[in-house]
Amino acid sequence: MTEMLVADDLSSSPTPPALKIVVRRSRADGLYRKVAWTAAASTFVILVLIGIFLYLRARPAFEYMGYWGFIKTQVWNVDGVHPAFGVGSALVGTLVLALISLVVAVPISIAAALFINEYAPRKMLGFLPLKGLLTSMVDLMAAIPSVIYGLWGFFVLQSSMTGLSRWLSDHMGFIPGFKSDTPVHTSSLLIAGTLVGIMIMPIITALCREVFSLTPLAEREGAVALGASRARVIRDVVFPFSKGGMIGAIMLGLGRALGEAIAVSIIISLTFGMPTHLLQPGGNSIPALIADRFGSGGKLGAAGLLAAGLVLFVITLIVNLAAAGIVRRQEAKRA
Amino acid sequence: MRNPFAKGSMVAEVADDGVAPADVLPTPIKTRELKPSDAALMGVTALAAYSIVWIVFNQLTLLSGQPGFVVAVVVVFLALFWFVNLQIYGRHMAVDRLLAAIVTVGALGMMVPLVSLVAYVFVKGLPLLSIGRFTHTQAGVGPLSPISAGGFLHAIVGTLEQVALAAIMGIPIAILTAIFLNEIGGRISSSVRVVVTAMSGTPAILAGVFIYSIWVLTVHGYSGFAASLALAILLLPTVTRGTEEVLRIVHNDLREAAAALGAPDWRTVWSVVLPTARSGLVTSILLGIAVSIGETAPLIMTVFGAQVMNANPFHGPQAALPLTVFQEIRLPAKSAVALGYTASLVLFILVFTLFILARILGSAWLQGVLRGAKGGRGPSSADAEAIEEDLMTVALAPAMSMGLPRDHDPNDPRRPQ
Repeated sequence: MTEMLVADDLSSSPTPPALKIVVRRSRADGLYRKVAWTAAASTFVILVLIGIFLYLRARPAFEYMGYWGFIKTQVWNVDGVHPAFGVGSALVGTLVLALISLVVAVPISIAAALFINEYAPRKMLGFLPLKGLLTSMVDLMAAIPSVIYGLWGFFVLQSSMTGLSRWLSDHMGFIPGFKSDTPVHTSSLLIAGTLVGIMIMPIITALCREVFSLTPLAEREGAVALGASRARVIRDVVFPFSKGGMIGAIMLGLGRALGEAIAVSIIISLTFGMPTHLLQPGGNSIPALIADRFGSGGKLGAAGLLAAGLVLFVITLIVNLAAAGIVRRQEAKRA
Repeated sequence: MRNPFAKGSMVAEVADDGVAPADVLPTPIKTRELKPSDAALMGVTALAAYSIVWIVFNQLTLLSGQPGFVVAVVVVFLALFWFVNLQIYGRHMAVDRLLAAIVTVGALGMMVPLVSLVAYVFVKGLPLLSIGRFTHTQAGVGPLSPISAGGFLHAIVGTLEQVALAAIMGIPIAILTAIFLNEIGGRISSSVRVVVTAMSGTPAILAGVFIYSIWVLTVHGYSGFAASLALAILLLPTVTRGTEEVLRIVHNDLREAAAALGAPDWRTVWSVVLPTARSGLVTSILLGIAVSIGETAPLIMTVFGAQVMNANPFHGPQAALPLTVFQEIRLPAKSAVALGYTASLVLFILVFTLFILARILGSAWLQGVLRGAKGGRGPSSADAEAIEEDLMTVALAPAMSMGLPRDHDPNDPRRPQ
């Protein structure tokens, strides 16, 4: 800090006048501040640039199809005499996929976060650091590349889930979307959604764990002193304190699920049209569409994919900002 | 420390010391005790659940395979466990134990995919891995080539170049941003934090699409450098959040001491804060690299992929390890799939090594920093462990950090002394 205290004539006057703080920064300090400010601002600039450039390059597609037409159209014919394309089915497919992944991930993630935070001993049987080990494993899961998840999902998860899919189709067919017309149950939205759910589990778990660990100790001790069991402490102290954080965590997981491209495109075979059958082959999602159709369809096709990217960008941005907002508001309320 | 059920906390002491005389109050229940009878109860219940499902399975979940069986056993076990405890101990105990069982099952359910995935990658990749894979490219390898033909030398070279370039571009900006957020602050800092969070949640494929529209689609064409631009965008928020978290742990006393000695701000950061945070910085950088090294989606539209060696990252399509996995694994040829398996194993080992290295460095650094704060003012070892867990979590998945205040933040004025 280069703040200097300057006082006029301290010795002569009996009551010293109020001290004035004058900040004099050296030139080097000014430069340092400017450089750091520029770096911080550049992150902002990059995000804005992403939006602007996607829009500029996607404009031919929007002009050709119209904004609403692009959102609505379900097919993707970029070649031929009369191209027609849009993200209609991909958009719905993305949302369905994200919904399935949340149904899979949220209960397991919250349970795992509770286990790590509330139940796992720091040292099990005196030597095994169970809590630290589990935390590490969750973090490792978040670091594994999505292409490896895709590989595993395609060869392991898929084959082990076809039986379950068949059973669901045969016995739970009355639930909309569960009845399938074919005996084949691979490459389905359910399998892709489950895989994405497994991929977002570590994020939701780690965040929920962090949120749970912020529960005030005094409140916990108070509940215990009143005779609350562990389950009651979780229900009546931990959950009420963590509600906002948990919602934020789930929404950040949702953002990841919406944007997963590689694993989804390895599992599902793209089909266009409304995703009415969750258990049979076929489905669609915006990131998988971009990954799959990239490089086909000439100029208009490329513009169409960039337009799809813009739609995805807007959706994920809204979800992420909303998540951040929810968490911040919850924090402000608590403080 | 935080867990009132933990050993040594109030409740356990009351129970252990027998403060409550036995003739006034009934014997206190030790909340964490697992008596042999409880273990036996659990075992018998599990066995019963298994048997019931085994008998009914063919009727109930015909042909649904292994996962269906496991799910059915778990559900029946939980129901039985709750019912038995309800009969013996009453409602409160039953609910408590049921929740404990559910939560444990959840944690196991989370670990099963991880273990299965790691095992699968090793089982499939290891037998096919050979030295030759590291010294050959895919040049001249066709659909009819033997299974051991070809290698991924070109992909490794490509990935290393792309990630190195991305790190050179992204890390300085990330560290400066973190310094701005933590050391300078100001009006825009809260909005920058929001932007960094939003950026870390931006789908990886959009970074690729963006670079494609701004760089590839104009005159430059596909190149390794385009990929490194996209990877730098993805690396930026990860390293920023991790670094910010590391800088927060540097004790304020050090900054104040530097200021008292008359150091200007930049000197304080350069000579005091950054050296103190050095290994922590390395940790967050390594974790950022570990995450970006496996990104596949942005590579599709930036490097395009190649079968032969292209060591020049600034010109022409290049191969990359994750992209090789993505492209080869879907080909019908046996040799291609084999290459995909081995490449994914190498990719996993790379990520895992970086991860472990970062963890070891990070925890060693934390031990040092926390020991450095002498006179009992530093956080206790339990706090250190908690900080470490948070640091790792936050540095690894930046979206995970939502800027929550930490109750053990050494610089938090509200922290109880």
